[in-house]
Amino acid sequence: MGPESQSQIKAVADRFGTDDLVVVLGAADPEALEVAAETVTTGDPAYAGPLAGVSLGLPVVHILEPEVKEQVDPDVYSEQVGLLELTLDTDAVQTAMRKLRHEDGE
Amino acid sequence: MKLEGRKVIALGERDGVPGEAIASCLASAGADVVFSFTECFV
Repeated sequence: MGPESQSQIKAVADRFGTDDLVVVLGAADPEALEVAAETVTTGDPAYAGPLAGVSLGLPVVHILEPEVKEQVDPDVYSEQVGLLELTLDTDAVQTAMRKLRHEDGE
Repeated sequence: MKLEGRKVIALGERDGVPGEAIASCLASAGADVVFSFTECFV
C-alpha cells in the first residue's frame, strides 16, 4: 500500500480512534488483500510507510462478502458492484478473507 | 459485522472494486464513510 494511503489511514485512526473503525476492502487479488489487511492490522509488511510498526488492529471485511452485501441497498449494490461481482472471482476473495482473518482453522 | 453507524474506510482497488463504489454501498448500509480511495496494486 502506498505511503500516501497509509498516511491517510493513520490520520483517520488518530482522529476517530480504532474502536469504531472498520476497513472494507475491494481488491480481487488474494495477495493484494493480504497486504492491505496486514497493513491495517499489524502494520506495513514492507516496513516502508507511515504504518510500519503500527498495529492498528482494525477489523477487515470485503465488499464481496455476503455479510457485507446483505447490509447494502440491493439497487445500489447492483449498480456499483453488480458487474464486478460477475467478473471477479468472489469465491477466491471470500476464501482469502477467511484465511487472513484466521477463520479457516489455521 | 454490523456496519450501520460505524465509521468505515473504503479501501478499493483498480483491478477489483473501486473505493467510490464501496463507499456508495456502505453509505446505503448506514455506515459513515470517513475515507475512501482506490489503490493500484502492482
